[in-house]
Amino acid sequence: MRTVSFQLQPLTCPSCIAKIERTMAQRPGVSQASVLFNASKVKVTFDEGQVSADQLGKVLGDLGYPVVSRA
Amino acid sequence: MKRDRRILHLLISGGLIAAAWLWSWGGGGQILMAAAAAVAGLPIAHRAVYSLRYRVIGIELLVTVATIGALVIGEYWEAAAVTFLFQLGGTLEAYTLGKTRSSLQKLMSLAPDRAVVRRSGAELEVPAEEVAAGDTVLVRSGERIAVDGLVLAGHGLVNQAAITGESVPVQREPGQPLFSGSVLEVGYLEVRADRVGSETTFSRVLQLVEEAQDAKAPTQRFVDRFARYYTPAAMALAVLVYLVTRDIEKALTLLVIACPGALVIATPVAVVAGIGAAARRGVLLKGGEALERAARVAAVAFDKTGTLTQGRPEVTALRSFRLEESELIRLASGAELRSEHHLARAILRRAERDGIAPPEIEAFEVRPGLGVEARLAGGSGLVLAGSWRLMARHGIAVPAEVEQYAAEEEARGETAVLVALGDRVVGVLLVADPVRPEAPESVASLRQEGIQQIVMLTGDHAAAAASVAKEVGVDQVHAALLPEDKVRLLRGYRDSTGRPIAMVGDGVNDAPSLAAADLGVAMGGSGTDAAMETADMVILSDRLDRLAEGIRISRATVRIMRQNLVFAVAVVLLLLAGVLQGSVFLAGGMLIHEASVLLVILNAMRLVRLSSRAQDATARPVGGATPMDAGSV
Repeated sequence: MRTVSFQLQPLTCPSCIAKIERTMAQRPGVSQASVLFNASKVKVTFDEGQVSADQLGKVLGDLGYPVVSRA
Repeated sequence: MKRDRRILHLLISGGLIAAAWLWSWGGGGQILMAAAAAVAGLPIAHRAVYSLRYRVIGIELLVTVATIGALVIGEYWEAAAVTFLFQLGGTLEAYTLGKTRSSLQKLMSLAPDRAVVRRSGAELEVPAEEVAAGDTVLVRSGERIAVDGLVLAGHGLVNQAAITGESVPVQREPGQPLFSGSVLEVGYLEVRADRVGSETTFSRVLQLVEEAQDAKAPTQRFVDRFARYYTPAAMALAVLVYLVTRDIEKALTLLVIACPGALVIATPVAVVAGIGAAARRGVLLKGGEALERAARVAAVAFDKTGTLTQGRPEVTALRSFRLEESELIRLASGAELRSEHHLARAILRRAERDGIAPPEIEAFEVRPGLGVEARLAGGSGLVLAGSWRLMARHGIAVPAEVEQYAAEEEARGETAVLVALGDRVVGVLLVADPVRPEAPESVASLRQEGIQQIVMLTGDHAAAAASVAKEVGVDQVHAALLPEDKVRLLRGYRDSTGRPIAMVGDGVNDAPSLAAADLGVAMGGSGTDAAMETADMVILSDRLDRLAEGIRISRATVRIMRQNLVFAVAVVLLLLAGVLQGSVFLAGGMLIHEASVLLVILNAMRLVRLSSRAQDATARPVGGATPMDAGSV
C-alpha cells in the first residue's frame, strides 16, 4: 500500500470533488481517495501491485485535471 | 494557459450571442445562437465524455444533456445562455476562490528557497533544503533566513512576520534565536543552523496549515452527506417529471440545478478564508472543527508559568546592606556562576544586563533546596546565596528588618535570595517570573468577547499564583496542581456547566490538559512539537493577545459559514420550487445557480479583508515593505 498526493491546478468547481473521489475509488487497486479541495490536491492510497501512480495520474488528466506535481 | 483558452471560448461565445441578438431583430440569429452554444459547450461536452468513460456523472454531463436537449427542441437562446453562464461562472469562481486562498498561498510563498553557507572556509549558495544542521548560514540585508538557529555573529533587524504575524522587526544579536522564514531587513548575520529543511518551525507550520485548510468542519460533513443524495434525487426527479408531464423543458432545467454548488462550497470556502486570516495574524487553527470549537468557547483556563508569565525568572528588586548594589550583584553572580538553578540564571542575567563581570571563584558547592556556597578568588571569605535556612545552617543571624522584608515579598509571590559575606547578611535579591506585558490586556479583550469565566490553573504555590492572577485580572485561581488535577478540573467544569472551555498552555507539561480541554491552545513560536501536535489552536507569535483575535476570527468564520449555508439551502429550495412551478427555465436556473456560488465565495472573502484591516491597524510603518503587508489586498 502506498499513498501518493497529486497536486492539481487550482480546483474551482465544487462538483469536481465528488467526481474525482468517485472515479479514483473505482480504479482497481485503489483503497482510498480524498480530494483536498482548498489545497487542490488528491490523496490516493493504492496497491502498487495492481496500479501505478503514473496510471492514476493519467486518469486525473483524462478527467480534465492535469497533474502539476506528485509527492 | 488553460484559463486563457477558457476566456477565449467565453469571448467568442459571448460575441456570438450579442451578434445573434442584434441579428434577431432582423429575423435570423438562431444559427449564431446555436454556434455560441457550441463554442461554449464543446469544452463542457469534452469533459463530460471523459468522465463518462470512467462511469462518473458530473455536472458537465448534466449541462451537456440539457444543452443538447434545448437545441433539439429549438430553444437556441436557452442553450447558448446555459453554456455561456456555466463557463462564465466557472471563470469567475476560479478568480474569486483564488482570492480566498490568497492568505495561505502568500504564507506558502514565504518559504525560503536558497541559502548561503560557509563550508571549509568557502561561501557557497545552495538550495534551502540542502543546508545541513550545524552549517553556518550567512544572511545579508533583505534576505530570507532559511534555517532555525542561533545568531553566531553580526546583528540586525529581523522581520518575523512569516512566523508571528508581527511585522515590527526585532533586534537580533549573537546568542539569540532566529526562525526560518524571517527576513533580515537591515544588517548582517551569521547563523548556526539547528533545524533545517522540513524540521524548521516554519515548515511544520506550513504542513499543519495545509492539512488544516481541508480538515472538514462537522457542518461540512453534514452538507457532504446531503449533497450526495440531492444530486441523484434531482436527476430522478427530472426523469419522473418528464414521464409524468411530458414537459421536456422542466426536466432539462432540473438537470441544470441538480448540483447544489453553493451548498457544497459554502463551508470549505469560509474555512479556508478564516484559517488564512488567522494565520496572517500569527494564529494557527487546525481545521474546520477547531474553528467551530473556538467559536463556541465560553470559558478560558490559563496555565501560569510561560503562558501568563514569560517563563523566564528575573531579578525584580534588590536591597543591599552596607554594600554598593553593584557589589551585591557581583558577589551573588560569582556565587551562582556554576549553578544550573533557574534562580541562578536570573541573577546571572541581571549581572550581564548591568555589565558586571562575575568574579573568579576558587570553590563552589550546591546545597540542594537551600542555595549555594562559594569561595571567591582573592580570599574575601565565604559567600552564601540562598534561603534563610541556608543562613541558619551556617549560624548567621538574619536581622529582623531583613527577615520581615523577605517575608513580605514572598507573600506577594516573589522568591527571596539572601546573600551573606563571611558571617553577615549583606543583601536580598528578589526573583520572580514577570507577567507578559500583554497579558492583562489579553484577559480584558477575552472578556470583551463575552468570555466571562477566566481561570488560572498552575502547579506553582498559592502566593505566586495569587499575585500573578491579580496583576492580569484573572479572578479564579487553582494553585499547587499536578497535571492530572488540571485535567480533572477541566472535565469538571465542562460536566457541571455543559459549556466548552479552552485551555491555554506552553505545552511541555500541559499536553494532557490541552488534550482534555474542548479547545487546546498552545503558545508556540519557540515550537515545542508536543504542544503544536496536541493543540487545536497554536499562537505562533508567542503573543497572548492573539488569543482573543483567534477566537474573534473563528466566530466571524462560523458566522459566515452559517450565512452561506442558510443562503445556499434557500437557493436550492427556491430553485426547485421555481422550476417545478414553471417560472424558472434553463438560462434562469443556470444564472441563479452560478450567481449563488459566486455570492457564497464573495461572502467568505470578507474574512480575508478582516485580517488585512486588523493588520493595517496594528502594523506600524517601518523602513521597507514587510512581506505580509506587501501583498495584502
